[in-house]
Amino acid sequence: MIHRLTLESIVKNFGNFRANDDVSLQVKTGSVHAILGENGAGKSTLMNIIYGLYQPDSGKIFSRGEEVSISSPRRALDLGIGMVHQHFKQVENMTVVENLILGLKGQWMMKLNHHRQAVKQMADDLGFSIEPEQQVWRLPVGMQQRVEILKLLYRNADLLILDEPTSVLTPNEIGPFFKLLRRLREMGSTIILITHKLNEVMDISDRATVMRSGRVVANVDTAQTTQRELATLMVGREVVFNVARRESKPGKPVLEVNDLTVLDDRRLEAVSGLSMTVREGEILGVAGVDGNGQAELAEAITGLRSAASGRINVSGMDVTGISVARRKRDLKIGFVPEDRHRVGLDLDATLSINSVLRSFKERPFSRRGWLDFQVIDKHAEELVSRYDVRMRGVHQKARDLSGGNQQKIVVGREIEGGPKLLVVSQATKGLDVGAIEFVQKTLLAQRDRGTAILYISTELEELLNICDRVAVIFKGRIAGEMNVSEATSERIGLLMTGGRT
Amino acid sequence: MFNFLFDAHQLSDFLGSGIGLSVPLIFAAVGGVICERAGVFNIALEGQMLLGALAAAVGANLSGSAEVGLISAVLTGALSGVLLSILGVSLRGNQIVIGLAITLFASGFTSFMSRVLFPEGANSLRLDGFRPFGLPLLENIPFFGKILFQQDALFYLMLILVAVTMFVIYRTQLGLSIRAIGENPGAADTAGVPVMLLRYSCVIAGSAIAAIGGAYIVLAQVFLFSDNITAGKGFIALGAIVLGRWNPLFATLACLLFGVFDALQLRMQATQPDIPAQLFAAMPYVISILAFVGLIGLVHPPAAGGKHYDREVR
Repeated sequence: MIHRLTLESIVKNFGNFRANDDVSLQVKTGSVHAILGENGAGKSTLMNIIYGLYQPDSGKIFSRGEEVSISSPRRALDLGIGMVHQHFKQVENMTVVENLILGLKGQWMMKLNHHRQAVKQMADDLGFSIEPEQQVWRLPVGMQQRVEILKLLYRNADLLILDEPTSVLTPNEIGPFFKLLRRLREMGSTIILITHKLNEVMDISDRATVMRSGRVVANVDTAQTTQRELATLMVGREVVFNVARRESKPGKPVLEVNDLTVLDDRRLEAVSGLSMTVREGEILGVAGVDGNGQAELAEAITGLRSAASGRINVSGMDVTGISVARRKRDLKIGFVPEDRHRVGLDLDATLSINSVLRSFKERPFSRRGWLDFQVIDKHAEELVSRYDVRMRGVHQKARDLSGGNQQKIVVGREIEGGPKLLVVSQATKGLDVGAIEFVQKTLLAQRDRGTAILYISTELEELLNICDRVAVIFKGRIAGEMNVSEATSERIGLLMTGGRT
Repeated sequence: MFNFLFDAHQLSDFLGSGIGLSVPLIFAAVGGVICERAGVFNIALEGQMLLGALAAAVGANLSGSAEVGLISAVLTGALSGVLLSILGVSLRGNQIVIGLAITLFASGFTSFMSRVLFPEGANSLRLDGFRPFGLPLLENIPFFGKILFQQDALFYLMLILVAVTMFVIYRTQLGLSIRAIGENPGAADTAGVPVMLLRYSCVIAGSAIAAIGGAYIVLAQVFLFSDNITAGKGFIALGAIVLGRWNPLFATLACLLFGVFDALQLRMQATQPDIPAQLFAAMPYVISILAFVGLIGLVHPPAAGGKHYDREVR
């Protein structure tokens, strides 16, 4: 039997880091093939190789049994191979139809009318409707994803690589999305699904390949395996799904947000009339689909973005007019930002410097405007040992650490500042299971020391795991709030999409 | 002071000279729009115009033909575009710095070469340039006929160029690809657009067109070469690009605005001898600064402008 795609001994290095190590793989025509692995297992790298974005250092690729060299996405598309990236590759200020016809070969004029019809027809065949003249950035994420899939089908791709497609969807959108995938399989497409979510693998795939640290550790028929077996294969040890925790003992309110409105970079309302309270010694989770105002909310509280209206009280004091520095120093607001690479760390500075980024102006780290590097280094040494940061030395650059260890530096630095309020945004994004466990335990310990924690996340299970209360944010408003004991993923999922419970 | 605006003859003279002054700007601005739409800053417009001007003078002088002068300018401009592409696209240098370097180089190089090539002085050249000729029928249109259709070949070329550029950018697949690589080269690449090839092509074409702007001054306006003959027009064209929101037609209109102000200041210099001429001479530049300032935050430049694209970057 000829496979749709076969990989033989693919190797890919980034500098000293081996992202793919002797990877071999066979994908049957007309199947849904899951590639399963933790973050950093090399799944996306492998897919980018198949799509011609990366060139392998060695190894062979066969498409429909013929050996091919895929030098560019253009070549991949010629071979019928298309990919939907986790972060969509769309020109946001162009229309749907413009995005769909971008790069089509053999045409000189744009022929928008013709393509508009064809696109509508194709969407109809797949069971959804689309507005071809709408600008892409105005579309909801789920629709943008469909545009990406249409784009590939429009180029006659019959092997679709989907990189973590459900990570941008709400729980309620996942069902229809899988229906779409099944429809595509019926129509003859082969689908490679990259994911780290086990239930999805069980739900939709015919076969699964498990990757760990750049290698293939197993190929299994989905029908003949279990979630637990897959989890063990993926992580390499038995996995504890829950962090042990005690009941919280909330005290006085620390953060009181009242009727807050915040504008985003486009000057549109990202947060509209939002109110919430976080007390001493409790973790309030903010659930929601990415892009519903979470980032702007966090920035408004920490002072990185100004509030358009409303009040933010911290320890009883209105902070809307107060600078970031004073919020940190006087009001003890700590912040673990979503984007640790751009906001949380200076990647090209040493761990030492990164460990005092928030406090280097203060004693004992600086005196009369001069930095005392001995004190700073000593502080950094303590920090990395206390927070279990795996590194070679405190003079190493932050860039050279893995995501999990980078995050431990950020979390450690913020906690060492003795925060009364800690704003934590997507703290476990891109971390492996071990690091997630560590970060969560650390935050829970900090809660028990009386810190009020605002925990923003898109991962429901994680929220249910660590929070005391969960507030659901939808279109910049709190759509509902509940104690974690009353929360279920169904209930939160419904609120996340604007439904009511 | 402004009486001439109410006399049809004087007004048409005035507008005619304004349009004439804007033609070199328009070539440079359209060339710049093509580069920037593809996501490459071309700050070298001024230098490329200068190179074009010298090449045109040399070509026309050696051959005795204005056409050869034009072709020399185009080739020289294209060559400077190749340089900008290699340094600023492939080797990932800072495009602003490279553009300035090319302009500074061109300024010294053209002054030096004109002394080497024209020992008697390039000021005394009397080149055979492009002379105006009327287009049948169109030149008889009252008022506008004289301004727009009794012009030289380069002027008509400019009209065609603006129209073709508009058409290509907004109506063709090629134009869609160009706009896409200026906005999000990653998206264009994954859709099968050859990003590097297209960026090179746009920079080379845009640079060649900017060089025609310099050639126009030499071959259709003054018929000689002098040091820094472009006098900052390339930088004013950059202003016109912003004012025209990276649209070739709007940029052209912005150039016309600058050209008309230039004509106005020349007229004022002549009619108001009591006021220092430098004040008037500064007018077009002041207008271009105001245009920049007034538009800060209001315009949406190509999102990937000046940013390097590397597929394998992690």
